[in-house]
Amino acid sequence: MTSPVWARRRAAAGNVWREFRSNRGGLIGLAILLLFILGAVFAPLLVPEAALDVTKATGGRLQAPSGDFVLGTDESGRSLLALVLWGSRGSLVVGLSATLLSVVIGTTVGILAAHFGRWVSAVLMRLTDFFLILPSLVLAIALGVVLNGGLGTIVLAIGLVSWPTGARLVRAQTLSVEARPYIERSRALGGGHTHVIFKHVLPSVLPLVFVNMTLAVGTAIVAESTLTFLGLGNPNDVTWGTVLHAGQAAGAVTFGAWWYILPPGAAIALVVLSFTMVGRALETVLNPKLKERR
Amino acid sequence: MTDFLVPSEEAIVEAPSPRKGGGVLRYVLTKIGGALVSVALVVVFGFLLFRVMPGDPVTTMTRGVPLSGAQLDQRRHEMGLDKPLPAQFVDYLVNLLHGDFGQSYAYNAPVGHIIAERIGPTVLLVGLAAILAAALGLWLGVKSAWHRGGPFDRASVGTALVFWSFPAWWLGLILMMIFGGWFPSGGMQSVDSPTALIPHALDVAHHLVLPLVTLVLVIYGQYQLVMRSSLLEEMHSDYLTTARAKGLRDDLVRRRHAVPNALLPTITLVFMHLGLVVSGAITVEAVFSWPGLGQLTAEALKVKDLPLLQGIFIVLVLAVVTMNLIADVLLRVFDPRVRAS
Repeated sequence: MTSPVWARRRAAAGNVWREFRSNRGGLIGLAILLLFILGAVFAPLLVPEAALDVTKATGGRLQAPSGDFVLGTDESGRSLLALVLWGSRGSLVVGLSATLLSVVIGTTVGILAAHFGRWVSAVLMRLTDFFLILPSLVLAIALGVVLNGGLGTIVLAIGLVSWPTGARLVRAQTLSVEARPYIERSRALGGGHTHVIFKHVLPSVLPLVFVNMTLAVGTAIVAESTLTFLGLGNPNDVTWGTVLHAGQAAGAVTFGAWWYILPPGAAIALVVLSFTMVGRALETVLNPKLKERR
Repeated sequence: MTDFLVPSEEAIVEAPSPRKGGGVLRYVLTKIGGALVSVALVVVFGFLLFRVMPGDPVTTMTRGVPLSGAQLDQRRHEMGLDKPLPAQFVDYLVNLLHGDFGQSYAYNAPVGHIIAERIGPTVLLVGLAAILAAALGLWLGVKSAWHRGGPFDRASVGTALVFWSFPAWWLGLILMMIFGGWFPSGGMQSVDSPTALIPHALDVAHHLVLPLVTLVLVIYGQYQLVMRSSLLEEMHSDYLTTARAKGLRDDLVRRRHAVPNALLPTITLVFMHLGLVVSGAITVEAVFSWPGLGQLTAEALKVKDLPLLQGIFIVLVLAVVTMNLIADVLLRVFDPRVRAS
């Protein structure tokens, strides 16, 4: 791995990190995200899974926060801190996988449309524009109902409706990359479609895809919570959305049990905001057009 | 929802895409043609989604209700699900053309009727929210772009991002908990709502406050950010320097020169994001039991009423496609740059 190519890539990554470091919002976002990710990864060590078992719950019904239960209890006496902590696992995993699915679809469609042009582009972009204006939640609800399953369904529903913006973005970038002389040179030397796409187009599109992905995770997490809040998916899975769904169903709002509603939602907002901050910081670093403007 | 953060420039460049060298008529026809293709796609999609996807609609809808094989077969027959797919598609098309969306499973009434009853409240909520959010967002966007990097810019963009990070329904729950004492927390009118026109309107307005505020707070941020980046694009244009060199006051440079140019692409995006407002409205309506299409969606979802969901899906998507068509045509009328290209 000491080839000049890798050395160059490492140097480029170093540069990105140096510039990223100078963006305070991005750093704060990254720190918060790391905290959440650590919490999610080590949740089983911090709070045993038994804490999620309704039959083994030790607290009273809808108890306000106290020394024993820092965030109070839910309607069956489970600690909300445990629920929120375990919920971060579900929410983050669903958010990340849905984004990954959406990015893979979006990047493929975008590159194919730009690279092959003509009717391929016409058909794919027509489809993209169509999906772009669809009210995505409505479509996701429809998909979620029809597919009728657990968190996998939610991932599929979100991934299948959120790819169009990425596709347009990647298409624009691919078009500008393919207009450059080195692509022409590569073609003249006999490089085929696969060679051009994987060797030249994909590497130069990836930074943009990465930025877009960072920004999209937040959306996916909100979408996940919204779909599960509406009662899609399996209510026994623990995510922030299902916790809030249970909270509303248990009448936490009329009961005034703010500790039931506030923490899961605040966690969603915090994670979404962090992803947005990191994404915007990356954007300023990786998108030269924005650099001079800010 | 993040889409407005990244591709705004690209979308601004690409949004108006009229064919070269055609009259207004040709442009409008092209756009109508595009919208018709979208409508056709929606119709086909609605069919594929609810009939062809894995999973038997009958078992989905009767989940939890024990029915014998014969009963299931009879229900399939009633819904025409025992016919071959092409025949089902023809039935579906013919029914749609007659405005027949099928029979709701839960309400035992035609889907078309149920939807028609619920459209009014949704239009009231979504329309008002979109107008208020656009006005607020555009105004804040202009202010923050004009003083970019300053304290107002940073504070207002930060606030917008925070509100935008909230799931709409969660903000609704929180507002309900805080202000539940002052405002009614559900429905569109009181049980004993006065019948006279003005007191009745006041009663509805009173019920409207919380859902409206929730929706506006969650969606205004995107308009602000789009307006801001659109205006920033214009900031270094030569014509602004000229305007200043003529001795125009800063305020006039902004109002008469910069903002009109930045406004039109933004308006396209405002319309393009209407789908988002609709999405927000669904959950907000569900939280505040506002008797519109959103609440209907949530109810249909609870009982897996597939025909009703299909109807709502088609109606909402058609509405958004139509609004986009109107936006495209209006842009053509108002923006001389699009007309000329």
